[in-house]
Amino acid sequence: MIRVEFLGPIQKAPLELEITNLSELATLLQADKELSKWLTNCAVAVNDTLVSSLEVSLKDGDKVSLLPPVCGG
Amino acid sequence: MLYLYNGALDVPKILKEWYEQEAASNYGAYIPFVGTVRSEDGIEGLSFDIYEPILESWFRSWQERAKAKGAVIKMAHSRGDVMLHESSYIAAVFSPKRRVALEFIDTFVEDFKTSAPIWKYDLKNGQRVYALERSTAIQGSGILANKIL
Repeated sequence: MIRVEFLGPIQKAPLELEITNLSELATLLQADKELSKWLTNCAVAVNDTLVSSLEVSLKDGDKVSLLPPVCGG
Repeated sequence: MLYLYNGALDVPKILKEWYEQEAASNYGAYIPFVGTVRSEDGIEGLSFDIYEPILESWFRSWQERAKAKGAVIKMAHSRGDVMLHESSYIAAVFSPKRRVALEFIDTFVEDFKTSAPIWKYDLKNGQRVYALERSTAIQGSGILANKIL
């Protein structure tokens, strides 16, 4: 099971998904109308490390986080 | 060191603590930057969410960059609400000579604004409104919107 968390202002509860890579996650999230507006500007982290490509395989227990645009300070 | 607080920062106390921590460390320069909430667009204050695991790893990478220059970096940030004229952010660099600290604080704060996983909201009319137009997408954002073949 993969846990998907939506950080900051994305008002969405975490998901628990049976997926094996980020491409499958992209397909699932692109079908979610409420989320699709966030996908173009969200960064993605796997187990708290930012990734820059969908070519990432996932294993049971992994955590994927979506990080929308930031503004600290 | 990275310090996170609930609510506004006690600026004089933090600056004094950091000064005392390094008073005998033989640094010639202490350059702090203090960010204060200003009155604009009718806001009552700002509010912040922080994702700490990635903030900590991002900050560790900057500590290593500081160490490579013989410097030390410290940062404090608020979680939750910070009202007008209160402060939500302090960063400071200590270095043997001033030039390193002056340049480092500039580069650090610019990267902080575009990379640190912190989300800002305006407090206005009792609402907490995400400041999307003032926010920056982290480098590499958007991969989940890629067309899947």
